[in-house]
Amino acid sequence: MTALGFCDVRVSYDGTEAVQSFNDLLHSGEWLCLIGPNGAGKSSVLRAAAGLVPYSGSIAIDQKEIPATSVRWRAQHIAYVPQSPQIPLDMNVFDYVLLGRNPYVRHFSWESKHDRDVVGGVLDRLDLATFARRPLGTLSGGEVQRLVIARALAQEAPVLLLDEPTSALDIGHQQQALELVDSLRREQGLTIVSAMHDLTLAGMYADRLVLMHQGARVAEGTAKEVLQPTVLSEFYGVSARVHHEDDGTVVVIPQRTSAR
Amino acid sequence: MNRNRTWFVFGGVLLLLAMIVGTMIGPAGPTWWRIPLEFLNRLPFVQIDSGVSEQDWNIVWLIRTPRVVLAAIVGSMLSISGASYQGVFRNPLVDPYLLGVAAGAGLGATVVFAFQRGATENWIVDPLPLAAFIGALVAVLITYVVGTAFGATQSTTTLILAGVAVTSLATSIQAFILQRNTDVVRQVYSWILGRLSSATWGDVRLVLPYVLLSTGVLLMHRRLLDVLRVGDDEASALGINVRRVRLIVVLAATLGTSAVVAVSGLIGFVGIIVPHAVRLLAGASYRMVLPLSVLLGAAFLVFADIPSRVLANPAETPIGVVTAFFGAPFFLYLLRTRNTST
Repeated sequence: MTALGFCDVRVSYDGTEAVQSFNDLLHSGEWLCLIGPNGAGKSSVLRAAAGLVPYSGSIAIDQKEIPATSVRWRAQHIAYVPQSPQIPLDMNVFDYVLLGRNPYVRHFSWESKHDRDVVGGVLDRLDLATFARRPLGTLSGGEVQRLVIARALAQEAPVLLLDEPTSALDIGHQQQALELVDSLRREQGLTIVSAMHDLTLAGMYADRLVLMHQGARVAEGTAKEVLQPTVLSEFYGVSARVHHEDDGTVVVIPQRTSAR
Repeated sequence: MNRNRTWFVFGGVLLLLAMIVGTMIGPAGPTWWRIPLEFLNRLPFVQIDSGVSEQDWNIVWLIRTPRVVLAAIVGSMLSISGASYQGVFRNPLVDPYLLGVAAGAGLGATVVFAFQRGATENWIVDPLPLAAFIGALVAVLITYVVGTAFGATQSTTTLILAGVAVTSLATSIQAFILQRNTDVVRQVYSWILGRLSSATWGDVRLVLPYVLLSTGVLLMHRRLLDVLRVGDDEASALGINVRRVRLIVVLAATLGTSAVVAVSGLIGFVGIIVPHAVRLLAGASYRMVLPLSVLLGAAFLVFADIPSRVLANPAETPIGVVTAFFGAPFFLYLLRTRNTST
């Protein structure tokens, strides 16, 4: 069953096309990762799906096209984790995650007990319950990342968009964050689209990679199919070695080109 | 939740205290301690002999009380609109005064004075507050568009500087109009310097509908202002029509502010002192900040009006002088310690 469909999605900024006719169909529970050099249009695809930039074409969830006018409907179906979330330092953890319930709260109304229960459940699931009353300013980078994911989960949306979810984290927290997303996907059948720069991690977690370059899709498939030295050199301009582990992991290692 | 309720009780008690003290102090009139007794006496079913003569009571009821009530209305309106502007612009340093609201309203009012104030006296709707509103709205919109047009929308200083420029522009146009219409200079300046000292029940009736409407709309948006704290992109990904919310809040805050500026003149810094004091006391959530700003803002301006009556007795010190005396150092303190979050 198709959970998320892109049909001829185009995004332009001031007449320059940042995304050229993006088409894709994701089945429920699939993790698609967009890779590509800076400015390739990865973030623009995510931002279009989140309704943050105007686009032409259509994006559908469960075969229902997202209505252009309803930001609430979209927020009930798509949760978006930005690259660098804005963190109000003096807001506390519970209130921050509660913001994720906004799509379900009527405009001039208040969160219900059910909304608070959902937030409580999410905090428990992500081991954040003991932090509930702490102000965000006192959290570490890894905790903040978990918190932003918690807010997205509180949206109870079937689709989760992650823009560079790990770029600000150290290697340990990168692994934790991605493991968390992966386990949530398995538990709750979330459909995930992420944009990532770390090709090894992208290949490790995503079911499918799509390589973008100057707004166009130039390669797609499994990590093994996409992450090839010739492809990487053509589109990233990098000379890299690609190493295949026995368990199927594809490791991309950039090579030093100057003499050591 | 209990802690929150405590703050509201505190705010209410403080406001009541301010208003009682406010009616007790003044040059003429009865002995101070008799006044609360007389107020009790005037309540239904209460009989207390306070020894206040009818003439003294008139001083209290027709001169002091409207002044205190008007100060409370103006203080609460400036505070809640200051807090709301800070919320929608995500900028802790914004104040109706600094955004050019006051100067724009002043310009609008000057235009009405200059173009035959006398001819409008019999109009059903007084054009003065309306002109002040339009002037204020134009000023805020220019400040906002210019202040956010260049690069990062987050730049707090650009917005402030744009406000300074808009204020200067409005003031210069106003000066030009006054130069051409020297006959209304006195009227305009007495309007600008504030009329809390000559407040009447008529002034209260004039602003009350605008203030109630504006305050009501702003209070309805307090949860949404909390969502806006995560920025435009995230707020809209969370299902908020950011532009519409911002427009409604700016319109409501500007309507209320310009209405009170129309009766009280330009009073600066209230909209910055009070919301920040509330944040320090009760936290930064707009669910607390907006309603508490109403209570504490009202109490603050009633208290600030007291030195303005007695400092230069029997002359009046303009209340704007008093609020700026406290407000400007507070603003400098915020400049030094501000963090990016509102």
